[in-house]
Amino acid sequence: MATAEAAGTSFSEAGAAFESEGADLPPGVGPWKLAWRRLRRNKVALFFGFVFLVLVVMCLLAPVYSHDIAHTGPNTEAGLTATVKIGGKVKPVVSADDIPIGPTWHAKYFFGADINGRDTAVRLLYGGRNSLEIGAVATLITMVLAVFLGVLAGFYRGWWDAVITRLADVIWAYPAVLLGITLGTVFAIGGIGPIKGTFLLAPAIVVGIVYIPYVLKPIRAQVLQLREREFVDAARQQGLSNLQIMFRELLPNVASTIVVFIPLILANAILLEAALSYLGAGVQPPNPSWGTMISDGLQTIPVAFSNVLVPGIMLVLAVMSINIFGDGVRDALDPRAKVRIAR
Amino acid sequence: MIRFIVRRIFAAFFVILAVTIITFLLLGALGNPAARLAGRNANAAEIHLITVKYGFNKPIWVQYYNTMKNIFTGKAYSYQQGFNILTEVKHDYPATLSLAFGAGIIWLSLSVLVGTLAAVYAGRLTDRVLTIVAMAGVSFPPFFLGAIFLYFLGYKLNWFPLGGYASLNHPWQWFKHLVLPWATLSILFIGFYSRVLRSTILDNTNEDYVRTAHAKGLSDNQVLRRHTLRNSMIPIISLWGLDMGQLLGGGAILTETVFNLQGVGQLAATAIGSLDVITIMVIVILTAIAVVLLSAIVDILYAVLDPRIRLG
Repeated sequence: MATAEAAGTSFSEAGAAFESEGADLPPGVGPWKLAWRRLRRNKVALFFGFVFLVLVVMCLLAPVYSHDIAHTGPNTEAGLTATVKIGGKVKPVVSADDIPIGPTWHAKYFFGADINGRDTAVRLLYGGRNSLEIGAVATLITMVLAVFLGVLAGFYRGWWDAVITRLADVIWAYPAVLLGITLGTVFAIGGIGPIKGTFLLAPAIVVGIVYIPYVLKPIRAQVLQLREREFVDAARQQGLSNLQIMFRELLPNVASTIVVFIPLILANAILLEAALSYLGAGVQPPNPSWGTMISDGLQTIPVAFSNVLVPGIMLVLAVMSINIFGDGVRDALDPRAKVRIAR
Repeated sequence: MIRFIVRRIFAAFFVILAVTIITFLLLGALGNPAARLAGRNANAAEIHLITVKYGFNKPIWVQYYNTMKNIFTGKAYSYQQGFNILTEVKHDYPATLSLAFGAGIIWLSLSVLVGTLAAVYAGRLTDRVLTIVAMAGVSFPPFFLGAIFLYFLGYKLNWFPLGGYASLNHPWQWFKHLVLPWATLSILFIGFYSRVLRSTILDNTNEDYVRTAHAKGLSDNQVLRRHTLRNSMIPIISLWGLDMGQLLGGGAILTETVFNLQGVGQLAATAIGSLDVITIMVIVILTAIAVVLLSAIVDILYAVLDPRIRLG
């Protein structure tokens, strides 16, 4: 060892000898890069991540589809006597006894129409845009607030911790859906301050608040552990302020926990938004969302099951893809190797 | 030990109180409900009458106190519908109870089965298939799953009735009406619990006591049943308590509405839809009590089972 050889020599020579020891070895790979490599090998997770990406792109292209292919908007109701020409035959969009047209597999009314004569496929894409947007914004709100409050509570402890934890307990005491409906209805009817119900931001805020305790508690627990470690003492001795310690030392160490939570919260946010819209406390009509489409479709379920099936399958596909991809991310960040129980 | 229990119960009480206050304030932000109650074409005099009659013009803490007093003496009446809320809740409770406990038992047993299988065959095909199935289970919103069940098994095949609840007086009907709701609710939870159990079992298998057990000569099966499973069940029981609490308080709102079970969850949905403040308060209090009580019981059970927790 270099230290043994340099026992009789000065410190600088020992240091130089020690440092040059590993010069001929290949450079080390950091944990993020290792995780990325592991993720790349997980074909199933990558496939579903790709599926989700395709869904997002499709929904973002909603205006293109509506304008150039279907030639109709998401809220354009067909008149009582509107007809559409399919393969030579002329059919009414909504028949005399209120049966909307089923999937035509053509450019117009690809997935059929709903009871008001609106094009299901166009609504599907616009609704997807709403659902995904609300989910993304809600996830952002949850993660930012939960991490900020969790680090604060875990680091300072004492009074801050007591207040923040009690607040989290109170939010968590409500079942997610009930809290969501209460907040959502309050926004929809009167609004609080400038936030009104027809704003798409309102459901996003509602969904965002509901999941804060879910992320806050694990982050706080991790910060509680980390603050006892030596590197925090070292940082303090170097003269870093409390704020600097929190953001430059603690935050990067909870980063992997944050990354694991993001897909989980996104999936749950999309599901919660769909549930709230289904119950009427989320996205308000006439704006489409996958949840409102299912609730509308349930009214004509015996004659037009496609109006329930199509948005439902899109919803399940989106959420499932996020879940499987998120699971792959979590496996990739997990430093432990797989273990067999049966020998 | 006693101090731990007392502390937990005290904290529980505090949270319930905070929940009621916050709910009341939140609903109070909607403004004077008299205008909504009077109807569309009410004039100022009528609104004023209603305001005085129900005491909406009193300061907010007086209103809060009166509301809570009414609720706890059983005299809480819905403004909109006029029914006695506690009677209504008692009427709707059996449906929610049947749904929650039936589904709870089903999903607990099936989760243990699926989770253990996935853990024992970890990394192999069985595990991968079960994982994807579990993922699908978690991704289906209950109202969509319920709609699919109702359409294919109820409407097309006519195997099950199309929703509604039959009381226990007719056991076979009661069962037939609950099968689909039980299935819908269980699939969601099985997906989640089986994965938690799987990862807990895998974590525990790395522990030293498992190695000791193997070294003693126990077979894989015996190790699993006598040691690993027992320890892995602890977080599952804790989660089960929390989820049952939420369900009993009306958290099964989505399943109940789709199958029209007229349970407490559905009552909550209609109350919120018509902004029936008092009913919302009662149900919220009920939920908070159920959740907090069950979580306290589970915490205490946890401390009884695992001595390490008692010091925490």
